[in-house]
Amino acid sequence: MRIRNILAVVVAMSMTCFAAAQSPSPAPSLAPEPPTDLIVADTPDDAGNSVEVHWNLSQNDVFNTLLSDTQEVNPQQIVATYAVERKVTDGNGNEVSDEDASWRKVSEIGAGESQWTDRSVNLGWSYDYRVCAVDNQGDKSTWCNASGSVTPVMQMFNMSKAWLAIWMLLFGAFIAYFINCARSGKTLWVRKIAGLEAIDEAVGRATEMGRPILFVAGIQDINEIQTLAGLTVLSRVAKTAAEYGAQIEVPTCRSLVMAAARETVEAAYLAAGAPDSYQPDRIHYLTDEQFAFVAGVTGYMVREKPAACIYMGGFYAESLILAETGNHIGAIQVAGTAMPSQLPFFVASCDYTLIGEEFFAASAYLSGDPLQIGSLKGQDYGKFLSVLVLLTGIFFATTISMTESDESDGFGTGALNYIKNNILGNEGFGSFGGGDTDIEGDDS
Amino acid sequence: MKRTVPLIIAIVAGFVLLIANFIPFAEGWGLKAQEWFNILAVGAMVLGGGNLVKLHLMKVSGQRKGWGYSLVTIVCFFGTIIIGMSKMGVHPNALYPDYAWSGYYLESGSGLWWIYQHMIVPLTSMMFAMLAFYVATAAFRAFRAKNTEATLLLVTAGIVLLGRTYAGVWLFGWLDWLPESITHFNLFSITWLPIDLYSLQFDRLTVWIMEIPNTAGTRAITIGIALGVVATSLRILLGVDRSYLGQD
Repeated sequence: MRIRNILAVVVAMSMTCFAAAQSPSPAPSLAPEPPTDLIVADTPDDAGNSVEVHWNLSQNDVFNTLLSDTQEVNPQQIVATYAVERKVTDGNGNEVSDEDASWRKVSEIGAGESQWTDRSVNLGWSYDYRVCAVDNQGDKSTWCNASGSVTPVMQMFNMSKAWLAIWMLLFGAFIAYFINCARSGKTLWVRKIAGLEAIDEAVGRATEMGRPILFVAGIQDINEIQTLAGLTVLSRVAKTAAEYGAQIEVPTCRSLVMAAARETVEAAYLAAGAPDSYQPDRIHYLTDEQFAFVAGVTGYMVREKPAACIYMGGFYAESLILAETGNHIGAIQVAGTAMPSQLPFFVASCDYTLIGEEFFAASAYLSGDPLQIGSLKGQDYGKFLSVLVLLTGIFFATTISMTESDESDGFGTGALNYIKNNILGNEGFGSFGGGDTDIEGDDS
Repeated sequence: MKRTVPLIIAIVAGFVLLIANFIPFAEGWGLKAQEWFNILAVGAMVLGGGNLVKLHLMKVSGQRKGWGYSLVTIVCFFGTIIIGMSKMGVHPNALYPDYAWSGYYLESGSGLWWIYQHMIVPLTSMMFAMLAFYVATAAFRAFRAKNTEATLLLVTAGIVLLGRTYAGVWLFGWLDWLPESITHFNLFSITWLPIDLYSLQFDRLTVWIMEIPNTAGTRAITIGIALGVVATSLRILLGVDRSYLGQD
């Protein structure tokens, strides 16, 4: 009997142990470590409609470079996202809904990200934020709260663009001064631009040959400055064509450009005293599609063989196709664009090319209007000022590379940083000497 | 009046966008102006389409030179509109199965999708591929050594062309056999100029050409362009330049 009792106890204990091994035991908490040092701040230089939220990555975030090399991360605790919650603490006199007044999730940010900008805040309201890490299993860490609430405020002026404003004012002052000089009768000298001088020659040649002039104002829309600059040249070309009795063909890539070009050409014909020669159908819309437009224009070029092809505006890859086709048909070609990547193609294929600023100077140059010529002189002085800043930067960069190390806190480094980050950058007036100096290979 | 109103609109819109760049309160104004422009552009599409059809119909009816192309254009124009507007081949949206036209107009397999994938994309690619031949003919003309500048261009282009291919590495493979004291010998100890044998390898020289002289030249042009844009904008904003409206 006693042996049976002992056996029964042993069997019962074995079964209990077996059952215990089979049934799930209460799992230990595998929640990831929370993010730390949550900082919330009003976004500077904005209209009070956003708040910046920063935190330090959780220790279980594999993107946490400080810890990943020294600490083994439990695969079940690896952070997948960060949940950001917000609640309104003060509605600035407005009624706050219950939902907003309590914690609610406003964003979920992927692992490795340590900042987020909340763009759904109201001006003058106060907000509290908290953030937690969420792992692969959906387990949440404890919350990391910000030390205080934040109230978005609107700035009157975007101070990060203070230097840009100064540059614009200085530049505007130069232009205004020289326009005033021109008004008072002072003669201003402007160097000859061969490409623009050639326009009359091209129109004359087309007239002699009895062939049309092709004018392409780029493939951009009317809200682009290059298209406007192209139309100003078109005005002059159309006027000359009207005076000579030549026909001008203007295919456009945008409907609005067609409408504007018609107005321009009509006024030019009127100014030339030949309103009856104006043919609106010669200024026509082809298509918005880049290469379909090129196919249409080159088809026209091959069929009609215009004597002069003038390309003035914003161009992309189609520039070379247009210019090479014009070259093959033997047309005299003048091009102008502010697209640096397309300039080599025009230079290789056209007789004359207006490079960048020459293209923008065309309108003033062609008009001969003293007021516009004055603006060109102002532009030159602006360029002079820019070169001075550049030379100063080059001087400091060269001096640093020859005398100081990159970590140096010397005057040269400070000056160079200030030029790069403040005067030419977007850090406003800022403080002198901040930021990094990366001279070699810096593309900023 | 015909010129004054557009001029006033241009000046006001220009100043609004300028102010919006510096004053946070007005930063939404620029977006609003862009929305207005988009609405105008959509309206103008009708104008452009109408003009396109009118011109090609006139060409076909007059049987002028190349009228066959115009006929193809008109057929394609109306064909695309009909297929697109009728959403041919588009299945109803799963949320609104009872509405035959509720599907996405560019649904995979639909008529418009087919036109885009099997006509527009190959035709566009064909035009783009032709660039390679145009580059060859333009390069042939540009690289003729007519004067000093053209010769310099030819030599530079040759180095960059070779440097961007394996030939650049292969041509200077023999340098590996020389000791570093020879390949890295720099007579004047000027590190920023590629004057030692090691730096003169075409692949390395190409990087130097692209990063130093090429970047410098591009930046010079870009600065000029930026100043030109500001000056032109100011001329338009101040109403000094009105030639784009048809006035000299």
